[in-house]
Amino acid sequence: MLTKLVNMDRRIVFILVALAVIIPMLFPISLPVSISEPTRNLYDFIDELPAGSAIMLVFDYGPSSLAELNPMAKAILKQCFDKDVKVIGLTLYAVGTTMGSDLMKEVAEEKGAVNGEDYVFLGFRPGNELVILGMGTDIASIYETDFYGTPTTELPMMENIKNYDQIDLVVDLSSGNLTEVWITFANVQFNQQIAAGVTGVIISQMYPYLQTGQLIGLISGIAGAAEYERLINSPSKGILWINIESFVHLLIVILVIIGNIAFFVQQEKEE
Amino acid sequence: MEPVGIWIAAFLTLCIYSFLYKDNPFYRFAEYLFVGMSVGYGIVLSYHQGFIPFAWEPFVAVFTGESLFGLIKLIPIGIGLLFFSGLSSRHTWLIRFPSAILIGVGCGLAIPNVLRANIFEQTRGTVEPFAAINAGTLSGWEIFGAVLMVIGVICTLTYFFFSVEHRGPVKWMSKVGIAFLMIGFGSAFGNTVMGRVALLIQRVDFLINDWLGSIVTFFG
Repeated sequence: MLTKLVNMDRRIVFILVALAVIIPMLFPISLPVSISEPTRNLYDFIDELPAGSAIMLVFDYGPSSLAELNPMAKAILKQCFDKDVKVIGLTLYAVGTTMGSDLMKEVAEEKGAVNGEDYVFLGFRPGNELVILGMGTDIASIYETDFYGTPTTELPMMENIKNYDQIDLVVDLSSGNLTEVWITFANVQFNQQIAAGVTGVIISQMYPYLQTGQLIGLISGIAGAAEYERLINSPSKGILWINIESFVHLLIVILVIIGNIAFFVQQEKEE
Repeated sequence: MEPVGIWIAAFLTLCIYSFLYKDNPFYRFAEYLFVGMSVGYGIVLSYHQGFIPFAWEPFVAVFTGESLFGLIKLIPIGIGLLFFSGLSSRHTWLIRFPSAILIGVGCGLAIPNVLRANIFEQTRGTVEPFAAINAGTLSGWEIFGAVLMVIGVICTLTYFFFSVEHRGPVKWMSKVGIAFLMIGFGSAFGNTVMGRVALLIQRVDFLINDWLGSIVTFFG
């Protein structure tokens, strides 16, 4: 029995994981979502902004990270449009361009926000730190037009927005190291307030920046997205998926415990 | 998503997951297609959002008489073109000029900012709580956290300090440092698992709700 457990075909584990995803998806169960402090800090910061303020939402991720970052992007956009906070969307990651554009359009349609007045999508420019530094002087010098070809200076929303001085917060949604680039150049050079939403892989890297205040808030992976949806009282994919995720985590923990017990018992028998 | 798009996405998703059974041509087809599409998309986007507005349009404006500003763009364009000198063994030395400029500008921009963001600010963050302890504004739990953080930083740095032999107290400090590193790696691994499972859930959600949902709706 123990030998069978230790030498179990990995494909059986895959089937168990698949079942742990499919069954709760077909029969959803609502588990409580507790709100972490970094997520609440970001929510509170945006919530306290007066109507007409502007934030920059940066889509620094591609389709491979969409599962974790799209739900948080949607939640932030919903909060901003509800609060009449203007949103400037852009990306430093080429593959994120169409995703950012589609997502902003989708949420704007749902909330009745108007392109050019309530939000703009500037698109992609190559050159990471040079783009960040350039926007500190003049956004229109880097983005002469928005993603759809309208000159930036002709966009009604951008009339009074020249550089970071008129932007209250940059929220970087990232699956790589671009949040650190934003901190290094926009925060250090221009004292711009930064918050981040990141994938699970890089959450640990972000905590030192939270502790020093270089990040004012942090949404951590799909769990953070679920927390944000709970905060804006708009349950969606984030909450659905984190409930399913809990079942998979439970299965993984059980498999780790069984695997370890089987391994040690077998080792003892061999000795 | 259009029905055709849903079917293509579902087919490619199943191709990728077929690797869980074993390596097969369907998986390879989907993998190569993904890599090719990503690179192609990146190149086209960089061309339209980088080269055209920043190099080509100002350059054309000079010849159409709209603006002479484009002439100045000839300098970076010329320097950039020197990268192609690597194709000729006789002129390959010219590649040093754009490389030197890139490295020089990159270092000049990065070093002061990186030092401030990652060294000075992090050092401040590590010792700053002690000012609060001195002022008596931290709770007992927060004081414990601040002290633990300093111990962690010193012991972890000791582990990477190779100028003295790791014996006696130094050995024990580096061992404590390893423990802190392991906790850090464990946290990163746990979060990575969470991220990877989220990707699986999103794909299964797509297959069940979008793909199978579209079939159910069609036969309705």
